[in-house]
Amino acid sequence: MATEKRLDRVGWYFILPASILLACFIVYPIFYSLYLSFTSTKGIVSEFVGVKNYIRMFNDPMFFLALKNTFRLLLLQVPIMLVLAITFAAILNNKKIRFRGFFRTALFLPSVTSLIAYSILFKMLFSYEGLVNNTLIKLSVIDIPLQWMSVPKLATFVLIIAMIWRWTGYNMIFYLSAMQNISDDLYEAASIDGSTKIQSFFTITIPLLKPIILFTTVMSTIGTLQLFDEPMNLSQGGTTASMVGPDNCFLTLSVYIYNICFKYTPNFGYAATVSYAILVIIALLTLVQFRLSSDKDETMQKKLEQAERKLQRRASR
Amino acid sequence: MNMKKGLGTFFLYLFLSVSAFLSIFPFIWIVLGSTNSAVDIQMGKLSFGDQLRINLQNLFGQADMGGALLNSAKIAVLTVLLSLLVTSMAAYGFQMYTSRVREKTYSFFLLTMMIPFASLMIPLFQIIVVLRLLNSHAAIILVGSISVFMIFFFRQSFVNYQTEILQAARVDGAGELRIFFTIFFPSMKSTYAAGAIYSFMTSWNAYIWPLIVLQSNDKRTSTLLISSLSSSYTPDYGVIMTGIALATLPVIIVFFAFQKQFVQGMVGSVKQ
Repeated sequence: MATEKRLDRVGWYFILPASILLACFIVYPIFYSLYLSFTSTKGIVSEFVGVKNYIRMFNDPMFFLALKNTFRLLLLQVPIMLVLAITFAAILNNKKIRFRGFFRTALFLPSVTSLIAYSILFKMLFSYEGLVNNTLIKLSVIDIPLQWMSVPKLATFVLIIAMIWRWTGYNMIFYLSAMQNISDDLYEAASIDGSTKIQSFFTITIPLLKPIILFTTVMSTIGTLQLFDEPMNLSQGGTTASMVGPDNCFLTLSVYIYNICFKYTPNFGYAATVSYAILVIIALLTLVQFRLSSDKDETMQKKLEQAERKLQRRASR
Repeated sequence: MNMKKGLGTFFLYLFLSVSAFLSIFPFIWIVLGSTNSAVDIQMGKLSFGDQLRINLQNLFGQADMGGALLNSAKIAVLTVLLSLLVTSMAAYGFQMYTSRVREKTYSFFLLTMMIPFASLMIPLFQIIVVLRLLNSHAAIILVGSISVFMIFFFRQSFVNYQTEILQAARVDGAGELRIFFTIFFPSMKSTYAAGAIYSFMTSWNAYIWPLIVLQSNDKRTSTLLISSLSSSYTPDYGVIMTGIALATLPVIIVFFAFQKQFVQGMVGSVKQ
């Protein structure tokens, strides 16, 4: 009994260093940030202002622009990327495909680049006299170079393409490792029942991958809502330019917070308010995504049971 | 029927090949670009040039890439060491000494993963100012070493460990810390390699926090240097490409040398 008590104490000792760091650099800051959001902090002068920052936020056109830009990226980029990733994973999970290892490595390789590096690369690729315009003109797709980085719609397109390039292979690996855990028997049973490969993909693979799909969706959502490195480095002039992307189309929530803190006259109180908006949005979206997936869990459960029964019937025959 | 299948296979491989080419092409472009002048890169030259030496001279002379790479390496190595120690110990504590209160604590830890860095940025900046660590590498290392994701990753990897070995050592009278360092740690090298790679990648590529903390040019990391080169009013593409190539090279070498651990470090945590 005494040793059990001792071991329990030892358990806490092992967790102590991490707990101290977590308390100092995550827990304390997040509560302090909440307090800050009710103050007007400019430099060293700080005064309590109640909900004034929150009222200001709901009347701030820049905040809503940042919100709109962030959600535009979220809704356009994340679905395309995840569908592509799952498609690649399904193809490359097929053992009959030749050079699987090569394709997998090739598609994963972009994930090793730093966010800064690939943003700058895409900025150069899509510059006015850049390689993309040159190639498109040579192929006679366009007659005159496109102003990729000066037209908001085109610039947003470039940002989305860049993010798809960087993150698709990364997500593909998640799906691939999950697909490898699905038993071949299930597919066999389905094919005996006369379902084609594409049908099995939708009736077996997708339902079984639901936890991973949820995980990648949540991670991508959190990542996109925090987007900072890419818009900063894809836009001209970086941190000091007057606008982030043409017509501020790269002004994401995180970029806006940075600007409030370090570019304009610093206002830490208001920046903390906007940062809490991100926190609340992430919490809400995560909750919604969990809800949506657990609703469908029941149908998945039923399908699994059906498949199992089929397998048993087959075995007993 | 057969022809239709053949056509399908053809398009499948075409799709894969085009995608693979698009994935790899930027890497080839970086390598070619680092040997060309800014003008040649602008013109879309896609072959090796003879400007590598001049690009390197500019990069290491005016821009002081050497110092920046050293700063990045110093920060990354120290962050990896501290982070591995702290997070793996916590994971070990959670996994090997289970108790209901600690499980609750663990859930709380996991919950903090959802907090966006933007919400921590301002208080962290103020803490760093109070601690007089502004413009110091210590600020980057300290903040970078706590990663709940790493604790999560380690704990997942520790699940299948045979605890009988630890019990036996305990019966033999070994202290708990000694068991951790001399018995447990050596048997988990592959997991630690994966964790180290993840931690190294995160630290080496970090941007926003170093951008806020490091204010003088002699302290900045390679990531900050490349970013500032590219946002100058007259960016020299050749120099930037060379810088990107040099900053990306270590990561690519690590990737090809430890491919298995690399992938495990990035995704292994969700394998059930």
